[in-house]
Amino acid sequence: MKKQLVVIGNGMVGHHFAEQWMASEMAADYELHVFAEENQRAYDRVHLSEYFEQQSSAHLQLGDDGFYALPGIHLHLNEAVITLDREAKSVTTAQGQYSYDTLVFATGSYPFVPPIDGRELDHCCVYRTLQDLDVIRASAQGATRGVVVGGGLLGLEAANALRMLGLEAHVVEFAPRLMPVQLDSDAGSLLRTKIEDLGVKVHTEKTTRKIIPGDEQRLRMCFADETYLETDLIVFSAGIRPQDQLAREAGLRLGERGGIAVDQHCRTSDPSIYAIGECAVWNNQQYGLVAPGYTMARVAAAHMIGNVGTTFTGADMSTKLKLLGVDVGSIGDAHGATPGALNYRYSNEIEGVYRRLVVSADGSKLLGAILVGDNSYYDTLLQYALNGIELPEYPESLILPESSGTGAPSLGASALPYEATLCSCHNVTKGDICEAMNDGAVSLSDIKSMTKAATGCGGCAAMVKTVFESELEARGVQVDKSICEHFSHTRQELFHLVKVEGIQTFDELIERHGQGGGCEICKPAVASILASVWNEHVHETKHLPLQDTNDTFMANMQKNGTYSVVPRIPGGEITPKMLIKIGEVGEKYNLYTKITGGQRIDLFGATLDELPLIWEELIAAGFETGHAYGKSLRTVKSCIGDTWCRYGVQDSMTMAIRLENRYKGMRSPHKVKMAVSGCTRECAEAQSKDIGVIATENGWNLYVCGNGGMKPRHADLFATDLDDETLIRYIDRVLMFYVYTADRLQRTSVWLENLQGGLKYLKEVVIEDSLGLAEELETRMQHIVDTYQCEWKTAINDSEKRKRFRSYVNASEPRKARIQLIEERGQLIPARMITEEEVA
Amino acid sequence: MNAALTASLQWQNVCHRKDLVPHSGIAVMLGKEPVAVFWLPGHDTELYAIGHTDPFSGSEVLAHGILCESQGIWSVASPLYKQHFRLDTGRCIETPDVGVDVWAVRMEQDWVQIGKVLIG
Repeated sequence: MKKQLVVIGNGMVGHHFAEQWMASEMAADYELHVFAEENQRAYDRVHLSEYFEQQSSAHLQLGDDGFYALPGIHLHLNEAVITLDREAKSVTTAQGQYSYDTLVFATGSYPFVPPIDGRELDHCCVYRTLQDLDVIRASAQGATRGVVVGGGLLGLEAANALRMLGLEAHVVEFAPRLMPVQLDSDAGSLLRTKIEDLGVKVHTEKTTRKIIPGDEQRLRMCFADETYLETDLIVFSAGIRPQDQLAREAGLRLGERGGIAVDQHCRTSDPSIYAIGECAVWNNQQYGLVAPGYTMARVAAAHMIGNVGTTFTGADMSTKLKLLGVDVGSIGDAHGATPGALNYRYSNEIEGVYRRLVVSADGSKLLGAILVGDNSYYDTLLQYALNGIELPEYPESLILPESSGTGAPSLGASALPYEATLCSCHNVTKGDICEAMNDGAVSLSDIKSMTKAATGCGGCAAMVKTVFESELEARGVQVDKSICEHFSHTRQELFHLVKVEGIQTFDELIERHGQGGGCEICKPAVASILASVWNEHVHETKHLPLQDTNDTFMANMQKNGTYSVVPRIPGGEITPKMLIKIGEVGEKYNLYTKITGGQRIDLFGATLDELPLIWEELIAAGFETGHAYGKSLRTVKSCIGDTWCRYGVQDSMTMAIRLENRYKGMRSPHKVKMAVSGCTRECAEAQSKDIGVIATENGWNLYVCGNGGMKPRHADLFATDLDDETLIRYIDRVLMFYVYTADRLQRTSVWLENLQGGLKYLKEVVIEDSLGLAEELETRMQHIVDTYQCEWKTAINDSEKRKRFRSYVNASEPRKARIQLIEERGQLIPARMITEEEVA
Repeated sequence: MNAALTASLQWQNVCHRKDLVPHSGIAVMLGKEPVAVFWLPGHDTELYAIGHTDPFSGSEVLAHGILCESQGIWSVASPLYKQHFRLDTGRCIETPDVGVDVWAVRMEQDWVQIGKVLIG
């Protein structure tokens, strides 16, 4: 029989341990049993408040779906361990008894609720698990105000959650300032001002004596200073305590203030039992962050397989986060507790930023730092502190704003030692990155998949990118961002030049900013930029030679040199009469006909000469071009919505048709697909589209930057419950910002993944208008909408443009014989390649 | 092009100047042969004529590719699989043992003429 390994707890750390274990060579010798108290598998607790944003927990889940289905691993959900018998080496749950050879505690912690009278009343909640969030959400029904007890890191997260539920949020803190552990009083009061500006009310130095039923609202909190505050619900977030009850009952040694005591291998006083994460204490210290928990998980797993070299001897508790949209960072000895420590402070109340450096007595080393309002300084300062790097002659330069406005100074990646930890979630050092490059990593995504760097909290993404690029350069690989040999610019730079200098043609652009004659890379890219900015017909003489063949002939060239034709069918809605017309045209020109994935019809096998004839008939019947040939909006897929469907909650058809008609013809860096679903059943598969819209009872949820294709990506939830007009405005802005800033042939998914600051940044730009660009983006989109023309309609009415559609300019008919077709299932498809003799 | 050779060519009108598209190509029939004619107005050599059939796909598409310049050498990128064919020699840049035929071509009183003796 295989040996038994039992893990109690399936939180973030327990899950990380399971992953580490399953990847080890000893995994095959053991059966791994994981017991979870909660009814779902491990999820990301750090981003818990996103549960309200996204209305679902799916995106918070950790690990691949298949992980707990691996052979040798058994996940017991909703099955808490009740007793531990160390002598018999077994654990008991409500379902049965399980023996173990090795046991791991990963029970985490529980929220501390201060012993206040009335804390057991209804609508007093805690903030720790998804279930807690469900309770809070239920309690928020019919409530107008919510109070969080505790102004620490988690308390402010909870306040954000209350705000997202539409409540007036209050924070009650016992200490004189917010986040007393991480911040000093200047930083705390600046943070307070900032979050009060967001509508969160802060009450400091308040001790709650008791909670009683309220007069105006459900509850009344009575404070020690005789004042009171009424509220509809209370969330306690006054700290966490190690979940050590089972260990205590089993007689394991505990820390002075609780928690399961462990040694440097994360082993408890019982050599066959380990404890990791927040339930464990090392040197009487609990580590309430995920990164040290992950380290413990790795150390325990290493020790079990006989590797005693990796040890846990404390962890860096530096943190960087965005609380209610405010940057807050705290590094090392933030309060200057080290004897002889000296300080540098920079405070700017106008811009709302505060930075403090704590340095060693001789001014040579960075001991700690505090940041409020701008975390761009964090990465560099953390590297100084963690790696003991010698400070520059004037350390204040690290926190002073640069007069040139270039922002935070950054420590050159080359100055970092090999062992510098870049990603603390997955313990990836600069050395690991270099090794991955030795093993063949050539892109940032290679680095991410090979080392897992920047795939945890993502806070190190910018740093990892910098190190990667600097290593590339050090290895003599030129990191060339030019689009091709004719322009030493990125697409984004070219876009900017065209817009700012009012450049109208390729010749003008290459004369002023490029060299040579252009190529198949820069010509279509510039054509797309010119179209995005000026929106002229692709057949203007000056633009014609720039276009890809498909754009030139406004059809999709197929492998035998013939073309396919795709009329626009907005939202997939089509009258029987129009459907018949497509059938008639297909039959007349003997075209192979197929329904596409985008809810329209593709007609294959047309020669150049036939294209204008086909379009003449289609346009007369009321069709427009479908832009299937362009880097532009393809289709807006839709379900039938509430017009017919008994489940529909909004009119998805009308919205899809409106979107398709609005954005048709818009030229973009790559193709753009959209979809609208009429309810949460999501029949239109909107979450796999660049722009996805899903109806809710109250409006529309907007998803952005998904795609199918070679590397599918689920779209991210961008905004919820939007009305029609706001939805359109946000889509205008997202799309135009994409058109402004993306690389050539970069889908929105890759664009977002490469956008510094990612989804949050995009939200800031689009929703909060942080760049002041919103109006310009909308205006430019409106210009494109207003100047839309059906390119085929313009072309067939212009005899000069029609001249382009000749298979041979000196022969009236194409030699159809050269295009050999055979019949299959009642339609014509291309035959094998033909020889000259056969033609003759 | 060498003068003696030029003299031995028999020139045939294939199209008018108005049929050409600046900085791009058109297809003409030369007897039974489809030929791509490219026009680069303002350059040292303004006209090129090469085979229209893409040897990789066997399809008649080369006249519709995008014209590319690299270090002074002009080529056309096949619209199907994007290989480059030199306009002056017909050679495929990526796979030099593959190529297309090349013809002499000139403009005579607004008529585009192709020389009927193969020089490729």
